[in-house]
Amino acid sequence: MTVTITRSGLLTTVQDLGRPGHAHLGVPRSGALDQPAHRLANRLVGNPATAATLETTVLGCAVRVDRAVTVAVAGAPCAVRVDGRPAAWAAPVRLPAGALVEVGPATRGVRSYLAFAGGIAAAPVLGSRSTDLLSGLGPAPVAPGDVLPLGEPAGPPAGVDVVPTPAPPDPLLLPVLPGPRDDWFTARSLTVLAGSGYRVSPTSNRIGLRLDGPPLERAREGELPSEGMVLGAVQVPPDGRPVVFLADHPTTGGYPVIGVVPAAALAAAAQAAPGTPVRFTPMRRPR
Amino acid sequence: MNLRVLRVGSDALLVELDGAEETIAFHAELQRRRAAGGFPSVTEVVPAERTVLLDGVADPGALAAELPGWRVPPLRTPTDQTVTVPVRYDGADLAEVAALWGVAEAEVARIHSATEFRVAFSGFAPGFGYLTGLPERYRVPRRAAPRAAVPAGAIALAGRYTGAYPRSSPGGWQLIGHTDAVLWDPSREPAALLSPGTLVRFVIEEA
Repeated sequence: MTVTITRSGLLTTVQDLGRPGHAHLGVPRSGALDQPAHRLANRLVGNPATAATLETTVLGCAVRVDRAVTVAVAGAPCAVRVDGRPAAWAAPVRLPAGALVEVGPATRGVRSYLAFAGGIAAAPVLGSRSTDLLSGLGPAPVAPGDVLPLGEPAGPPAGVDVVPTPAPPDPLLLPVLPGPRDDWFTARSLTVLAGSGYRVSPTSNRIGLRLDGPPLERAREGELPSEGMVLGAVQVPPDGRPVVFLADHPTTGGYPVIGVVPAAALAAAAQAAPGTPVRFTPMRRPR
Repeated sequence: MNLRVLRVGSDALLVELDGAEETIAFHAELQRRRAAGGFPSVTEVVPAERTVLLDGVADPGALAAELPGWRVPPLRTPTDQTVTVPVRYDGADLAEVAALWGVAEAEVARIHSATEFRVAFSGFAPGFGYLTGLPERYRVPRRAAPRAAVPAGAIALAGRYTGAYPRSSPGGWQLIGHTDAVLWDPSREPAALLSPGTLVRFVIEEA
């Protein structure tokens, strides 16, 4: 059982929950950027959360199936069409054999998730089918004409009528725990970071949410020896403009990390379109 | 052992040590304790130049308080489990490295292949190890202009490190040779030939 890509939009990749546990080898975790949306799409078609979906970027994608299969689209809201006719978004949709399912451009947000009952069965690499754009592990981003295998459907589609979906963020609110290198910045920098001056840069990608806005000032010069980086790290390169590390982030880095955004807040970051205002809220660590 | 523990987000710790040797020793001790069943919640242990990152710590406050009290044995000179990597010392920068070292090209190969290396940490690309072992006087700068494509298998020097390129990529290191050894194969267990803590010896392979 296979699907054939007929339109891949701006960027469409295969994603599951990623390959954490290999950072010491220089392997990024990767995985779906909006994990709640990926999980929801899977749940709607009866898949476990570990099944691979297609993650689209802004423009959606179109896919033809060779057999009858149940699909669901979640994440960024968009028009869903089956053989040209409107179909439900964020609900299981039964496709007949040979049908074309179209995930339209996102009406809000950035990334939609297209799940197939059985999941995309591309060959796993280090336990994951995720496309990692930093290191090139996993399947290449999909292109028109690509044929991807599907797995065996695991269970019946979920029997839900209405599912809650968070509205795309505006502004994007990011809680941030200061450190580990907040002492590399002036006290004023944390105030600037918490101010209203930042917007999502169009250069953002799966590696990082890049921000346009006032540069953060260093309190000390010099180079930091490369050190391990976590998901959500707010790294500040020499130009002073913060980058929030997303799933394909490098495992080590030499620029200081002023703070860390908790992973739970990053799903919203995955849906923040370029130009979206961003507001960091410094938090205190419990005890 | 002197160490400083920095909190990273809600459930990670960055342990900062005095130097490279101490970092490798601390990482080895951490791996011993993990192998004995310690820290089951920890998802990542990432050694780097002077730090070790622990991600997924169940009680980071408690572990941060406990770590400075650890007794970390110094690194022993191990006798087993050395990975040997055959190298043809014919890299494009061999003459330049020989000039920087003040020796003949053949002497670069002799010195490098007589050195016991250890993978201090990985990064840059999957399976790319940063190997320490060369004495301080053999430190070399990166090339002024990086190459757009360093071939897979290239053995190269930069700073105090030796590295081996698992696949073709841009790079600014000084190339001294190349190996046909498969440095990275995600379908193999282990995927990386040179993972942190591994002892390595390069052996001269005649052309």
